Amino acid sequence: MLQAASLPSATPSAPPAASPGRGVVSVRAVSKTYATGHSALKNINLEIAPGEIFALLGPNGAGKTTLISIICGLVNATSGEVRVAGHHIVDDYRAARSRIGLVPQELATDSFETVWASVSFSRGLFGKAANPAYIEQVLKSLSLWEKRDAKIMTLSGGMKRRLLIAKALSHEPEVLFLDEPTAGVDVELRRDMWRLVRALKDKGTTIILTTHYIEEAEEMADRVGVINRGEIILVEDKATLMRKLGQKQLTIELSAPLEQVPEAIASYGLVRSADGRKLTYSYGAEGAEDEPPIGRLLSDLAAAGIGFDDLRTAQSSLEDIFVSLVRPHP
Amino acid sequence: MNLQAIRAIYGFEMARTKRTLLQSVVSPVISTSLYFVVFGSAIGARMAQVEHVAYGAFIVPGLMMLTLLTQSIANASFAIYFPRFTGTIYEVLSAPVSPFEIVCGYVGAAATKSVLLGLIILATAALFVPMEVRHPFWMLGFLVLTAVTFSLFGFIIGIWADGFERLQLIPMLIVTPLTFLGGTFYSLDMLPPVWRTLTLFNPVVYLISGFRWSFFGLSDVAVEVSFGMTLGFLAICLLIVSWMFRTGYRLKS
Repeated sequence: MLQAASLPSATPSAPPAASPGRGVVSVRAVSKTYATGHSALKNINLEIAPGEIFALLGPNGAGKTTLISIICGLVNATSGEVRVAGHHIVDDYRAARSRIGLVPQELATDSFETVWASVSFSRGLFGKAANPAYIEQVLKSLSLWEKRDAKIMTLSGGMKRRLLIAKALSHEPEVLFLDEPTAGVDVELRRDMWRLVRALKDKGTTIILTTHYIEEAEEMADRVGVINRGEIILVEDKATLMRKLGQKQLTIELSAPLEQVPEAIASYGLVRSADGRKLTYSYGAEGAEDEPPIGRLLSDLAAAGIGFDDLRTAQSSLEDIFVSLVRPHP
Repeated sequence: MNLQAIRAIYGFEMARTKRTLLQSVVSPVISTSLYFVVFGSAIGARMAQVEHVAYGAFIVPGLMMLTLLTQSIANASFAIYFPRFTGTIYEVLSAPVSPFEIVCGYVGAAATKSVLLGLIILATAALFVPMEVRHPFWMLGFLVLTAVTFSLFGFIIGIWADGFERLQLIPMLIVTPLTFLGGTFYSLDMLPPVWRTLTLFNPVVYLISGFRWSFFGLSDVAVEVSFGMTLGFLAICLLIVSWMFRTGYRLKS
């Protein structure tokens, strides 16, 4: 079990220095075209607010990892500008990178090193003096303390994933990138990771995660960005997104089969099931100021002499919204 | 300057040497000792002196240089290639570390190992043959300069290589033959004139010649030329490494 509550804070001496009106991560007109001619990113604009959890969703090959790699300095952008805490990632790379922690998608580790040596190495790379007490705190918070002297090759996949997080946290970053953090981990560990991410946010760390698991974004994110074919097609507060694009459905189980929908209630656009025993009414999930006419519908059904035994409502998930956004349009 | 990062990379690489002591230190020392036994003691005892230097002692600088070159290349190329192969290079490339600091860490560690090996081999040689070092300052100078230069060369190979086979290609097919043909076991004066002229196109000749001069005051080419050639090769390696980082060659896409 991860001990998220004991997580160390992001460096208190180095508060996020984002310029007024700009995010702690600011991506302006960034494009990337690989030497093969493949256009991985097209004019990306994105602002990440300090302290938020931002989920970047997208199908395989959408450009999520390329975008993260550009911000972290692993891939050169073809054009555009990226700033981290106001620092240009190329011209002022030391200041920009020192604020970033990256947990890559792949379990890239030095198999022959010990957990302690590997995390200490990461801290040193980022220019921080050795701090055994802090490393101990990080390892304990990630339930890796008992494994501190174990060689990495002896760790399970889940432990290696946690080790990568420990390495990324070793230099007390302000911004943490998690590229598919729960890919290939079991449900229990996934939920532990979510608790960890929330704890990091509570401590003031800005978190940007890419994921295939919509449930993950729905569970954790403050804002959601959807990227498809190298373009950001939507950035929205999660709750607003759910409200704007989410669909609700009311399923009415009828007392007796219905041959056809009577003219009197045709304006509701009800869909009759093949056996005539159910009617489905779809309506938007927009806020209270635009209340759906459920009460009127039920009154109209009663007036038309249509009895019902049960009612069920369902709301579309972020996954449904995501699928509808990235589905190729005819 | 991110000194902590240089220390971290350097320490990481030296720790790897400690873990693989048998392969990193013991193995090359045994191999070189075998050369001393065969060429120095067994065959060398039946050979005439070379310019008043016992043959067993004459080959010591060449054998040290052979080890220095191969180990510098092997250490540095593996040090940078392995993180590329496993994917852990992401950490170094995303850290606030300059190319100069990265090179200092990796090449510094590789060169340190090679210099230590060279000195261990020198100490081992002294057990088999009587040794003298006329110009110890220059001996150390050539030792360090060659170790750094060839560690840089190894670093270049480690970035260029896209597989373990390529990693071995240049050291096995080019460097080792050039070292053997560069005067490790003989003086250029022992060659026919045509071969002697051809041999002067071998850059390793200048390294071995200068290094041997620091031991015995004997050289096939002027020591200034040897020193200049070593510096020239160092400059070429630095230019290539600089270009690799500037363009992101095989490091960044």
